[in-house]
Amino acid sequence: MKAWLTLHANALRDALRRLAATPLNTVLALFVIGIALTLPAAGWLLVENVQQAARSAASTQQISLFMALNADKAALADIESRLNQAAPGRWRFVPRDEALQRLQGNSGMAEIVASLPRNPLPEAFVVEPAETAPAALEALAKTFAGWPKVAHVQLDSAWAKRFDALLRIGRLAVLLLGAVFAAALVAVTFNTIRLQILAQGAEIELARLIGATDAWIRRPFTYFGALQGGLGGLLAAGLVTLGAHLLAAPVNELAALYGGSFILSGLGARAVAFITGAGALLGWLGAQISVAIHLRRLN
Amino acid sequence: MISCSGVGKRYPGGLTALADVSCEIAAGEMVFVTGHSGAGKSTLVKLFAAIERPTAGSIVVNGQNLAALRPAALPYLRRNFGLVFQDQKLLFDRNALENVLLPLAIVGTPPAEATRRAQAALDKVGLLDRAKANPIALSGGEQQRLAIARAVVNRPAILLADEPTANLDTASAAGILDIFRAFHQVGVTVIIATHDPQWSGQPDTRVLHLAQGRVSA
Ligand SMILES: Nc1ncnc2c1ncn2[C@@H]1O[C@H](COP(=O)(O)OP(=O)(O)O)[C@@H](O)[C@H]1O
Ligand SMILES: [Mg+2]
Repeated sequence: MKAWLTLHANALRDALRRLAATPLNTVLALFVIGIALTLPAAGWLLVENVQQAARSAASTQQISLFMALNADKAALADIESRLNQAAPGRWRFVPRDEALQRLQGNSGMAEIVASLPRNPLPEAFVVEPAETAPAALEALAKTFAGWPKVAHVQLDSAWAKRFDALLRIGRLAVLLLGAVFAAALVAVTFNTIRLQILAQGAEIELARLIGATDAWIRRPFTYFGALQGGLGGLLAAGLVTLGAHLLAAPVNELAALYGGSFILSGLGARAVAFITGAGALLGWLGAQISVAIHLRRLN
Repeated sequence: MISCSGVGKRYPGGLTALADVSCEIAAGEMVFVTGHSGAGKSTLVKLFAAIERPTAGSIVVNGQNLAALRPAALPYLRRNFGLVFQDQKLLFDRNALENVLLPLAIVGTPPAEATRRAQAALDKVGLLDRAKANPIALSGGEQQRLAIARAVVNRPAILLADEPTANLDTASAAGILDIFRAFHQVGVTVIIATHDPQWSGQPDTRVLHLAQGRVSA
């Protein structure tokens, strides 16, 4: 147990020493890795914020139920009791007379309404569901349409669906971007470790001859890769946080111009941990691949 | 400790370095492997430490048949040996003490104890005052002693040295031999390959003379 701890502590110390031994290389590598991780991280933050904005904009989503013209009092009572179950407290009855009055209040419409022989408007219900996800709204609308004496259900969620599709594309783009830059990170680490192994050829050969296990030889390199990747991830998180901080004031101003109170959110602790962890994992992976290939060649 | 029977080694390319070697080395013995240059001394030493594989016969070290050894067990077999290589294999990117620390790092000796033991090993070969020196700055004899310190720092059961006195003046060589004798006296099995007939035939030692790929008595 003590030997095991010592082995790992030694490997970590070795990796740290290698990072410190070539500061210029280390700084350059960290920048390459940091920037590679900054782009997908920033993209992800953008998508998150846009989604946040869309959520708050879509929170007043409505579904209108228009009754058939021949719907009687009993039919209306039936719908009322059904709505009390499906969306308690979130619905409102709009009598046809009230609807007509409102239409009359609308300039330009008054004359047209006055020329009508009788009220052409149906009785209606307006529902504001708690769940505003497009899929949920769609399902609810379908349910309403199946109720007796409901002539027409109107759901103004087409734009939300389009927006959702757009967000999905955005998320996919961020994912692809992330994959590309993850591959770049693995490649950068692979090459760094390759150069290190070449430089340490004599030590590796000797260590093998005097009883070093493959795991012992591999360890400092994989620690190095993970450490470099993790630090690069931390740098990326720092850059994105800085960017979000710089953008916060102008974005809030813009939101205020539209009467909103949108607040640009930065990376949370979990996101920072994720980016750092992803960097470490990818660095570790690049080191593993590099070590596996190049140590076999040294055999 | 080491026994081989019918051991042959043919290198790729058809050259037969060893034809048929059978020998028995008991624990605590001091053995010189002699023979002219090209007789196969280095080859035999490498076979013992499983650095090369025999093409015929079998070798048993510490009760382990080398032919049946799994690759994962190889590092642990090597730890039975303190190896002094013909080309020494000192690392010139670190000082003498750090060279001696390497075998301890490999087995995971805690840092404080490792430093203490490395210093003790350097002391045994008379290099403690050169601990901070780069091996490149050491004389030939000092480099050889550094290689020995690295070989013994893990207190191996078998000390295996290939031409440890080659290229040394007589006085330095005698000093090196005294160091090996000291380890032999505390019970370490010592095997020295040398082409120099001057060192064979010492009291309390045995000679394995190689000729035509065999042991000639
Ligand atoms: N790696 C090798 N490949 C091919 N031939 C080798 C190799 N190592 C040694 N030999 C040959 O095997 C013979 C014995 O070599 P070696 O064991 O080094 O002898 P010694 O150490 O007694 O001088 C020599 O003829 C040498 O050329
Ligand atoms: Mg030789």
